[in-house]
Amino acid sequence: MILKGNVWKFGDNIDTDIIIPARYLAHTDPKVLGAHCMEPIYPDFSKKVKQGDIIVAGANFGCGSSREHAPIAISALGIPIVIAKSFARIFYRNAFNKGLALMEADISNLVEEGDEIEVNVFSGEIKIKGNTVLSKPIPPFMMELVEAGGLINYLKKKLEEKR
Amino acid sequence: MTITEKILADHAEKTFVEPGEIIDAKVDIVLANDITAPLSLEEFEKAGARDVFDKDKVVFVLDHFTPNKDIISAQNCKKIREFSKKYHITHFYEGGNCGIEHALLPEQGIVLPGDVVIGADSHTCTYGALGAFATGMGSTDITFAMVTGKIWFKVPESIKFLCYGKWQKWVTGKDLILYIIGMIGVDGALYSAMEFDGDAISKLSMDSRMTIANMAIEAGAKNGIFKPDSVTINYVKERAKRPYKIFESDGDAKYKEVIEIDVSKLGLKVACPHLPSNVKDVEDLTDVEIDQVVIGSCTNGRLEDIKMAAGIFKGKKVAPGIRCIIIPATPEIYRTALKRGYIKTFVDAGCIISPPTCGPCLGGHMGILAEKERAIATTNRNFIGRMGHPESEVYLSGPAVAAASAIKGRIAHPEEVI
Repeated sequence: MILKGNVWKFGDNIDTDIIIPARYLAHTDPKVLGAHCMEPIYPDFSKKVKQGDIIVAGANFGCGSSREHAPIAISALGIPIVIAKSFARIFYRNAFNKGLALMEADISNLVEEGDEIEVNVFSGEIKIKGNTVLSKPIPPFMMELVEAGGLINYLKKKLEEKR
Repeated sequence: MTITEKILADHAEKTFVEPGEIIDAKVDIVLANDITAPLSLEEFEKAGARDVFDKDKVVFVLDHFTPNKDIISAQNCKKIREFSKKYHITHFYEGGNCGIEHALLPEQGIVLPGDVVIGADSHTCTYGALGAFATGMGSTDITFAMVTGKIWFKVPESIKFLCYGKWQKWVTGKDLILYIIGMIGVDGALYSAMEFDGDAISKLSMDSRMTIANMAIEAGAKNGIFKPDSVTINYVKERAKRPYKIFESDGDAKYKEVIEIDVSKLGLKVACPHLPSNVKDVEDLTDVEIDQVVIGSCTNGRLEDIKMAAGIFKGKKVAPGIRCIIIPATPEIYRTALKRGYIKTFVDAGCIISPPTCGPCLGGHMGILAEKERAIATTNRNFIGRMGHPESEVYLSGPAVAAASAIKGRIAHPEEVI
């Protein structure tokens, strides 16, 4: 899978209260959640972002709460992947479970906001301005989950096999 | 093996596990609340599941946007209530039997030493105080475990915090965990287990241990954990309604790092906006004026916290113009506080007594900050906009500093008001 998109840059420790503030958590509709994504630090982010854009961030992206509303909000805006130096662990599981791909790579200082980059999710290669950077590979176990279509599809298959 | 590795090995039916290994483990308790369960129940439907794996091991606590703050949160609670009725869920808590989940579950003996507990709430790590492996996950993982009774884990590396020395007056578990987060950073224990041990730890009450384990997530940890001792056994023996197992780390267990801390040098700590790692001494912050004080939450709403705050408010008044919200975390805590006169002390001091809700901590309801307003709270996060307006500020402290600050109208050391 090759993803090509324009970069939105974020810093370190982008927490789940920034990704989707708690006051919206009674909602489960992805469209509502997407509309408030990154609102505390970037009030019009949801209006400016385009289908296929890519988030590039620093360390510990997604720290804080276990709210699955966070990866749902990002995906709802058509963002297929977040590339960060590192991810908080609950967010990491949630993202893969909800079909948002994550890649661990420290490319913040190699890209400018708006740059077009090309990401090969399987090989981990990221093409930036003619150069290629290699990300930490997605663990095989996580790739199995992705290939099964996420955790719930995996569970559905398991339950059907039992019946 | 470490205590974390031993509990995980036991639940994966293995004799040995090591960090990095991916295992499938049985879970003892699966938890969700009124903001995370709705997504779980949607996934439950999508998976075509027909039942939960064990009606006694799935727990729902409606504590976040309750008493319901609006129609949509009421609808969510209704869905969970109906689901619980349909599948005969034993542990469904709302209304007058409800408390803040991470105070309620240990108090009611629902989580016990040696358990594997997962919850769709990041502060599920609180139960590590009992010598359980407990960690937060998202709603989808919770659905998987609700249906199968199992979940996958990557066995974490462990970091040991070896604490020794005599505790200074007023200093509690909150000050220790803030100090540690300040030292290692908000990702200092990323993916790791934080194990707390040493003479100073064995002197701590269960309430203080729960405060410490609760904030392990604020250092990025997978879990925080304590070796069960006589304090633990005394706490659980009256509460447990099923057998439990005691695990402890082997003498030759491997740690990623061992960090020694002399608690006798530890004073009162405050985390400044906008990260729990931005920690300073209270003495350096006494010119910071405040608008609101919150004493409560899954971090510091237990009896010891309420008692400490009441001791400071006795015969004193909240400063004019300051809103001070006290949230006893469970009905049992409320009842004891009532019996011991703490509630009267608070009301006489001009505090507001809140029902047990997570409300203000996460900027949900019942104590939201306006633009440029500032709070000091005994809660766990001070991220941008956490308690309300994106341009409001939250300082985090223990109950003694929060209570003293309410009296002074600015951040204060308890000695200033006693």
